[in-house]
Amino acid sequence: MRHFLTTTCMGAAALLAAGTANANDELIKLQQDSKQWVMPAGNYANQRYSPLKQITADNVGKLQVAWTFSTGVLRGHEGGPLIVGNMMYVHAPFPNTVFALNLSDENKIVWKYEPKQDPNVIPVMCCDTVNRGLSYADGKIFLHQADTTLVALDAKTGNVVWSVKNGDPGKGETGTSAPHVIKDKVIIGISGGEFGVRGSVTAYNLKDGKQVWRAYSMGPDSDTLMDPQKTTNLGKPVGPNSGTNTWQGEQWKIGGGTTWGWYSYDPELNLFYYGSGNPSTWNPKQRPGDNRWSMTVFARDADTGQARWVYQMTPHDEWDFDGVNEMILADQNIGGTTRKTVVHFDRNGLAYTLDRTNGELLVAEKYDPAVNWTTGVDMNKSSPTYGRPKVVDQYSTDKQGEDVNTKGICPAALGTKDEQPAAFSPDTGLFYVPTNHVCMDYEPFRVRYTAGQPYVGATLSMYPPQGEQNMGNFIAWDAKTGKIVWSNKEQFSVWSGALATAGGVVFYGTLEGYLKAVDAKTGKELYKFKTPSGIIGNVTTYEHGGRQYIAILSGVGGWAGIGLAAGLTDPTAGLGAVGGYAGLRNYTSLGGVLTVFALPQ
Amino acid sequence: MRIRFLAAALALAALAAAALADGSGDPAAVKNEDGKYLDKEGNPTFNVGVDGTVDWYTYSGYRRYHSECHVCHGPDGEGSTYAPGLKNSLKTMSYGDFVAVVASGRKNVDAARESVMPALGDNPNVACYMDDLFVYLRSRANDAVGRARPAKYERKPETAKQNEDSCIGKG
Repeated sequence: MRHFLTTTCMGAAALLAAGTANANDELIKLQQDSKQWVMPAGNYANQRYSPLKQITADNVGKLQVAWTFSTGVLRGHEGGPLIVGNMMYVHAPFPNTVFALNLSDENKIVWKYEPKQDPNVIPVMCCDTVNRGLSYADGKIFLHQADTTLVALDAKTGNVVWSVKNGDPGKGETGTSAPHVIKDKVIIGISGGEFGVRGSVTAYNLKDGKQVWRAYSMGPDSDTLMDPQKTTNLGKPVGPNSGTNTWQGEQWKIGGGTTWGWYSYDPELNLFYYGSGNPSTWNPKQRPGDNRWSMTVFARDADTGQARWVYQMTPHDEWDFDGVNEMILADQNIGGTTRKTVVHFDRNGLAYTLDRTNGELLVAEKYDPAVNWTTGVDMNKSSPTYGRPKVVDQYSTDKQGEDVNTKGICPAALGTKDEQPAAFSPDTGLFYVPTNHVCMDYEPFRVRYTAGQPYVGATLSMYPPQGEQNMGNFIAWDAKTGKIVWSNKEQFSVWSGALATAGGVVFYGTLEGYLKAVDAKTGKELYKFKTPSGIIGNVTTYEHGGRQYIAILSGVGGWAGIGLAAGLTDPTAGLGAVGGYAGLRNYTSLGGVLTVFALPQ
Repeated sequence: MRIRFLAAALALAALAAAALADGSGDPAAVKNEDGKYLDKEGNPTFNVGVDGTVDWYTYSGYRRYHSECHVCHGPDGEGSTYAPGLKNSLKTMSYGDFVAVVASGRKNVDAARESVMPALGDNPNVACYMDDLFVYLRSRANDAVGRARPAKYERKPETAKQNEDSCIGKG
């Protein structure tokens, strides 16, 4: 225990210290107030940690449902509510309804906003019509709609203050991610990697919604906002046209690298961090080269969008291992030195710890022992393949080729983890990671691009690792050394964002619908309650009227709702295999409900 | 709901009339045109040999389905949390209706549902494999092929190669 404590307590405090005099000051102050939850991950460091400690490992077993709220929407509910002052803001998947609830007045609905959107956006959302939530700043609530409209609502009335369209659903561009407010800008990403969308991040003025800059994941330097000399990759300048020179022809124009994850921000360095998704198509043969900067960790200047450093985790992706997952900032003692780190649990099954000031790679290790497509990352700085994963030929869908079914790849395209964000506790120094434990067969084949139509190019089947029944794990991870500290088996993938608290309790949800509380030190299960539907939302905590509450959105769906609804099958079982593994539909059904817990009074 | 109930009742009635029947009638293959099997109505159908070998189009349909369709309709035609299992749909849906819905799309949007099937007629990755998809799902509707990749399949017919090249274009 002492070992863990020495490391990271200073992290959060240091992050919150800096800042400049603008709209951001309000948020920097608000995120320090543990009674509220004013941004998607609770704080800019993306830690999903709360200093609240009324609920502890000793008393969490007595938790009770305090109140519930239905969103009236049946599709998959990702993300979680915001708590600002005495108000709670709850969002829903398409049609992207927003409710403002007064926590001081029986959780009464103060206002409701429901945008009118063309339902034709529904089928161009690859994996259900999810929405990952809202942001707050300057008396406004920001909603990133399915049709890519970014709208600013008056937090008091729900009236539209301004609205701007970020993309074109006719080309498969959609909005699923939460907006992120940094200083005087609202920053949003884009979805549509399965439709040949070229990913970008765009900043809009907080005041009036005017576009300030846009940074693409690939393309000429003027599009990627890269400086050939000043932008670095593993300590070296990226050089000119790094966003086009690892692509054949003009494939980069439909190159993917979408940007729908959870961003973090370091006010001291004035850098924000996010990852880019898969290159398109899923058929690697159709896009020779490294396909930069898909699958990349980006550190960009919060004012100009200029890229400071990049690191491509999976050059020339062959498995759909999007690099969009959250970037968590923590200051950690590594090899005797305190480093400002960014920690990222990638879909590819590797957990990365990098120096967030300069992008130096510190740790890259598997966070599920089942991961087999790589033997690991080359950590030798003088090697020509420094920083690259060593790919195992047997699991290379490029080496095996088009029209060949490459079998037994772990993890599956879902990744060892997808968007479901991990939590970090400065008290234990550990990361709490919801994971998938699923493998796949992957067969790439030739596809043709049509704007607004799916552009996939591979057939997949998924199943648990051989000889195992559990399709998920909830783990505690030491990012200083790259080791699993404890691991709890879960029957299904854990597709819910975790929450760590100063009470020594870690919370997460399961696809069957359980909200679970476990001991932060040991992983021991302390409490569980079955909510009305499967959980793909993120756990949130807040304090109101002297009580600590735990809130979770249930409402099964998302990618998890596609693959797991009917249950997975084992293709090795041969012809006629039926329902080899449990189907989610035997455990839960649809429906968006917020369940809020507290200790009995 | 009422329509669905009616459809189910009709399907039951149809099942009572013939041992094997789906939305397109009796799926038994009566004709083989260079590896493409047809039922007595002339609709494309599947063929499964005694050792489990499936026809090329069933196998090809499996592959295309799990690229283009499964992200909504779930693995093996089993359905997802928000889109119907086509394995069941084809028990009552005819070949003509299937082609029409895939090509033109379908909307079921009301207070309780937001189901939108896109028009895929302009998507060569779907349109060029319409019969493959139909034949695969028809085999699933009749439980002739299980929930996994068919292990053995007939070799790709020359006609299939020629049609594919002219439809989707050579890479």
